[in-house]
Amino acid sequence: MSSHSHEVAEHRFRQHHFVTADQQLDTSKTGMWLFLATEILMFGGLFVGYGLMQGVYPEAWVAGHHHLDRVLGAVNTVFLLCSSFSMVMAVHYASTDQKSKTVMNLGITLAFAFAFLAIKYIEYSHKFHEGLLPGRYFRLAEVGGPPQQAMFFGFYFMMTGIHGFHVLIGIILIAWLMVRANRGDFSSAYYTPVDLIGLYWHLVDLIWIYLFPLLYLIS
Amino acid sequence: MADTITATHISGHADHHDVDYLHDGKGLKSWLTTVDHKRIGVMYLWSILFMFFLGGVFAMLIRLELLTPKQTIMSAETYNKVFTLHGAIMVFLFIIPSVPAALANFVLPLMLGAKDVAFPKLNLFSWYIYMAGAFIAIAAMVTGGVDTGWTFYTPYSTTTDGSVALMTFAAFVLGFSSILTGVNFVATIHNLRAPGMGWFDMPLFCWGIYSTALIQVLATPVLAITLLLLIMERTFGIGIFDPKLGGDPVLFQHFFWFYSHPAVYIMILPGMAIISEIIPTFSQKTIFGYRAIAFSSVAIALVSFIVWGHHMFTSGQSQLASAIFSFITFFVAVPSAIKTFNWIVTMYKGSVAFNAPMLYALSFLLLFGIGGLTGIFLGAVSVDIHLHDTYFVVAHFHYVMMGSTVIAFLGGLHYWWPKMFGRMYNESAARVSCALVFIGFNTTFLPQFVLGSRGMPRRYYNYLPEFQFLHQLSTVGSWILGLGFLIMAGYLFASLRKKMDAPANPWHSRTLEWQTASPPITHNFHEIPTIGGGPYDYYRPVGKGRNA
Repeated sequence: MSSHSHEVAEHRFRQHHFVTADQQLDTSKTGMWLFLATEILMFGGLFVGYGLMQGVYPEAWVAGHHHLDRVLGAVNTVFLLCSSFSMVMAVHYASTDQKSKTVMNLGITLAFAFAFLAIKYIEYSHKFHEGLLPGRYFRLAEVGGPPQQAMFFGFYFMMTGIHGFHVLIGIILIAWLMVRANRGDFSSAYYTPVDLIGLYWHLVDLIWIYLFPLLYLIS
Repeated sequence: MADTITATHISGHADHHDVDYLHDGKGLKSWLTTVDHKRIGVMYLWSILFMFFLGGVFAMLIRLELLTPKQTIMSAETYNKVFTLHGAIMVFLFIIPSVPAALANFVLPLMLGAKDVAFPKLNLFSWYIYMAGAFIAIAAMVTGGVDTGWTFYTPYSTTTDGSVALMTFAAFVLGFSSILTGVNFVATIHNLRAPGMGWFDMPLFCWGIYSTALIQVLATPVLAITLLLLIMERTFGIGIFDPKLGGDPVLFQHFFWFYSHPAVYIMILPGMAIISEIIPTFSQKTIFGYRAIAFSSVAIALVSFIVWGHHMFTSGQSQLASAIFSFITFFVAVPSAIKTFNWIVTMYKGSVAFNAPMLYALSFLLLFGIGGLTGIFLGAVSVDIHLHDTYFVVAHFHYVMMGSTVIAFLGGLHYWWPKMFGRMYNESAARVSCALVFIGFNTTFLPQFVLGSRGMPRRYYNYLPEFQFLHQLSTVGSWILGLGFLIMAGYLFASLRKKMDAPANPWHSRTLEWQTASPPITHNFHEIPTIGGGPYDYYRPVGKGRNA
């Protein structure tokens, strides 16, 4: 890429309060990593609560997890891992000025994200149908077993629900990246949004990698 | 570095005019869509001052009710709601955003020699989130109120009537505003310091705000998830915190204080940060122990994460845990004392000027001394067993929250007022008001130490007749305090009606925010300042060295 187009990219996307594009990039990265730290701490609170209650009611946790579908959970894990790979490739192509490959890889990531949510939808509707609902809506008479499964499913829906919400936000962000990439906003001189949303997407993936064994693979 | 500075310098001149930030754009819309950190700081300032007024009215009502041992002006149910709203408003809507979001938003980029914070749009967004949280909180007050106390302890909060879920949601939303401010400030301090400004060339205010921002970023998400769990608990009866459903109410207290103890330092560290600016300026002397004060801020931030259990000595947590938490709690006294001694020594042989900001700083030293030392009483398990949930605790945290943080905030407000609005206030009126606030505060809260040590429990509606004299003394104190604030509102508003008369640097300070016009131009500086020397080099002749 010529130094002229570098300057054009710098001129277009550098905000007035930064002296150089490098300073802007460093600042954006600092901000994103801090945001990711808040995400980890927020999920950390849930994990701690989940772990403590598992220690108090291990039988209810084992009984509850038997109602979860390991195969669907495993497929979803594979989907998210693949989507992380295509996200990495999208960042790579964006940073090497390969526009169409960037768009394609973002599209693959998006497809995996939708597939993840589709499977989650199937799982949720099964649970609703069988009365495996959180708290006071748990239909113990139909399900049987320890009553604290109601609490297990409270955690299950909160953890997967908040995670699913993050996937949804990710879908919106990746779709926005696709529009911008298609418009030719990104180049080796400027691809910060792809880089940062990539980081976010990896965190969403990583959290699922912890959620899967915690919820589905207890015994 | 040199050529990049020249580059900005030129582009800065090409498209920019020299209007001050207050007159750069007219009308409400220009304010509501601004991304200028100074304007956002001012919008935060008016918002939090309104909340301070609201919380203050509730405080006056509490004191009025306690004038007599039985019912005075309201029913017991109303009283429960009034003290809850007083606490919730003051903590979530006033003190936490007060110094960081209002004053630091304005001052921090100026001090660093930057044009703005790292993420200006995010900064504006966080103000909108704050306003949304404020409206939800007001909606919760109007639609039934909340009677749980600001701590929302379970299982009471999951079973009582009223708008607990809505108020909790308000605190949840406000948390995001606080997180975004924190993220913004950490990134600003890391990346937007003026060329040549190392970490130890920053004014100490920035160190205090940095430590605060770290806690905001790391602790607030845990509160978010805790409050979300509480809302779910109320809505779905999940049972995590409800013993009837097999849950653990003490778990809620752990979660809550894991955030809310660090939050106490979100409140006090910015206050300390302001004092570190006022004392060297009004002593015209280099601050004593710069690095000690800087590191003690970070130390307080770190220790804050491992002392939460001292709120729970009587909750039934293990004796061993209590002993360890008590021991770690004592460590907080070390960095706090380091700061206090350094501030006092800074004044030694300085040329001290007793302007209003300095009077507030001196009040802070006294009141923080009392507030801090009584904290050690409460940190000791054996003493706390007797004092827990009494007026002694109420008096202690008011000495820290109000006597220290609010007093420091007022000091900062008087210190930076000429910079923010370009106008000097009536100095004599400010001194009188400061004296009234100081006397009123002590009259209100000193008797409460005595009440508490004699066994008066906090949050009670009725009390034994022998406590009446001290309660009345406390109520009279709240009136003196109210009068002090009334006078303050009077001369501050009066100053805004004047023509702009503030010089660029009325206090002869050496930090960067005073080296530009009052009020500053939109882009803060005509050219990005270059740094040589420390922020408190008062021994250099004026006009020489740094910021010449």
